[in-house]
Amino acid sequence: MSGHTDMVLVDDNGMRIDGRTATEHRPIKIEAGVLKNADGSAYVEIGKNKVLAAVYGPRECHPRHLQNPTKAIVQCKYNMQAFSVSDRKRPGTDRRSIEISKITAEALENVVLTELYPRASIDVYIEILQANAGTRCAGLTAASVALADAGIPMRDIVPAIAAGKADGHVLLDLNKEEDNYGQADVPIAIVPSTDEIVLLQMDGNMTREEFDKAISMAVNACHEVYDIQKDALKRRYSVQKGGESNE
Amino acid sequence: MERRNTKSKRELVLPGDLLDDSGMKAGDYAYVRDGKVYAAVLGVKNVSQLGVSVIPLWGQYMPSAGDLVIGTIVDIGSSNWMVDINAPYPAPLHVNEVPWKVEFGDTSRYLNIGNVVMLKILSVDESKKIQVTMNDSGLRRLEGGLIVEIAHSKVSRVIGKSGSMIQMLKTLSDCRIFVGQNGRIWIDGNDERAMVVADAIKIIEEEAQSSNLTEKIKAFIESNLPDDEEEE
Amino acid sequence: MSNEVISEIKRDHIINLLNKGTRTDGRSPTDIREIQITTDCIESADGSARIKLGNTEVIAGVKIIPGTPFPDTPRSGVLTTGAELIPMAHQSFESGPPGEDAIELARVVDRGIRESGMVDVDALCITEGEEVWMCFIDIYALDYDGNLFDAANLAAVMALKTAIIPGEQYGKGENKPLPITCLPISVTSCKIGNTLILDPNFDEEHISSARLTVTTDDNGNFRAMQKGGQGSITLDELSQCLDAAVEKGKEIRKIIG
Repeated sequence: MSGHTDMVLVDDNGMRIDGRTATEHRPIKIEAGVLKNADGSAYVEIGKNKVLAAVYGPRECHPRHLQNPTKAIVQCKYNMQAFSVSDRKRPGTDRRSIEISKITAEALENVVLTELYPRASIDVYIEILQANAGTRCAGLTAASVALADAGIPMRDIVPAIAAGKADGHVLLDLNKEEDNYGQADVPIAIVPSTDEIVLLQMDGNMTREEFDKAISMAVNACHEVYDIQKDALKRRYSVQKGGESNE
Repeated sequence: MERRNTKSKRELVLPGDLLDDSGMKAGDYAYVRDGKVYAAVLGVKNVSQLGVSVIPLWGQYMPSAGDLVIGTIVDIGSSNWMVDINAPYPAPLHVNEVPWKVEFGDTSRYLNIGNVVMLKILSVDESKKIQVTMNDSGLRRLEGGLIVEIAHSKVSRVIGKSGSMIQMLKTLSDCRIFVGQNGRIWIDGNDERAMVVADAIKIIEEEAQSSNLTEKIKAFIESNLPDDEEEE
Repeated sequence: MSNEVISEIKRDHIINLLNKGTRTDGRSPTDIREIQITTDCIESADGSARIKLGNTEVIAGVKIIPGTPFPDTPRSGVLTTGAELIPMAHQSFESGPPGEDAIELARVVDRGIRESGMVDVDALCITEGEEVWMCFIDIYALDYDGNLFDAANLAAVMALKTAIIPGEQYGKGENKPLPITCLPISVTSCKIGNTLILDPNFDEEHISSARLTVTTDDNGNFRAMQKGGQGSITLDELSQCLDAAVEKGKEIRKIIG
């Protein structure tokens, strides 16, 4: 987030370089149940981000010392594939992916009814196939669809999206250029039925006023993402059931 | 999970969907917030005298006492076997819970890794520790035949109303069939017949919600069964 | 590839059917599963392919970057192949650095590509002794239902076949297709009892005693092989595997065009 560029990110009419207005998110496509082995899975595209999420569990917790006798733990592993970014990423975990994995697991643990599965583990794997700013939100959005697809009891489905600031404008869902040359980025995730925030990060430079605007923009957009998530799960069901019943 | 009540309209619900705000009790896979009941899992809404609950479409099998299940031995200790019962937790089978007198350290003479057994869930405690037994009528080691795995939530459909579906499968195919509550179904008989039954069970799983399923399955089996003279 | 316990009933059922010349999914011993290929699926890669072989799914991406050649081959480009068996693909896979199974997989795929001369590495020279194009092939198993060798090979080959050298991005001339000379295709046989089967699924792979992967080039010549598993194969069985590799290799080349 350098904040310095000659590139005009928002023009005089408030239009962004990809033709969006300030409050528009990039096109979103979600598909549930895309993998065979995993207990639940989802594929998500947000703009040029392409993300797969898979869930295994609840299952016996490994390593054992992480077991909690009163509830299940949610473990997450976020991984960027080597070819997902413009410079090849060296395979293996780095500090960034460990941090993202941690906050993603915590956000999901908030909604999963973990007390139903003492000692067990619910394992979430997020693979970034193609990255273009906003992968942690795309990953969390995919992961919560995968959890629901796995039939794991949870109180709600978690959507995530970022708001930020570029060219001095508060914008929803920054793309790569806006992220690189903008002034702030605020990814958030909420529980839609209560609007509680379960993931929040911020970096850059914002006034209180700008921040409030970003949050309200992102919360609104989370509800839109939520509708697309639910739609994907319903489609999955209609493929599965093979006909309506009137018994 | 048995259906307690069949509503004329099946309402698909997702986690977080409002199920009731008129003071009904929350049943399985439902939770209460601010006096209202919400769905906790992807499934079909179910209303009964007991309250409002959700019948999950799929998801992990959770053992409960009394369930009959099919398990695979995955590990052997000196006084027990560890059995995979398709649940979040492995089930230890203690030497006292088998129909043989087993000396300490002699477990592998009776059941080995990969062996398949019919078990009854004895108990599941607070922390989900499971106890299982083979000491009950009809429980034994299974040999031969084949096993199909389906979502445990579709087991009741394979059994059918008061056993109508399973009875029909048995009668038409002349196979022995044992349905584990954990979604594993053992079919034994003539190979080709057993495989037709396996296919039929997969159709039941996929089309669990469709009407006239029993008729459909009957037609499927009749048109796919090999001729009688091929029977062994 | 994992230590899953296959139930005795499943094992006996597979063997029983094989004795009658068929398999649990209705295939004959020499049938391979349906192949689905999606290329150019990752824009951030210079070449990419997602392959489904039955229920086994693999993604491969190629990144082509300018770099320094090895001193002993100052005019040749560099090929590197990596594979990861990520825990998304199967409950038995664990996260962490690649283990022996993943490394064997990557090396066998690498060998087929390298030994067949699929990529004309001499055409990858930018400045002799100083700069050449380096191709990084990264393979990820996404869904594991047996035979990762053939699925990974096919994914890597299709990603390379459709790869573009990003000259413009690095100011090294025009973008142009990666120079490809042939398509190395691997065909894996497994031995269950005394029966050989092609393209094993998960259960078959786990009850098999031995495995042989044979990679051929466009002319049906052998370019790489790898025997795996604790069991042995007879000379006669070897001969069958080689014949199958040539024959199926032709069939697969027709599918991928």
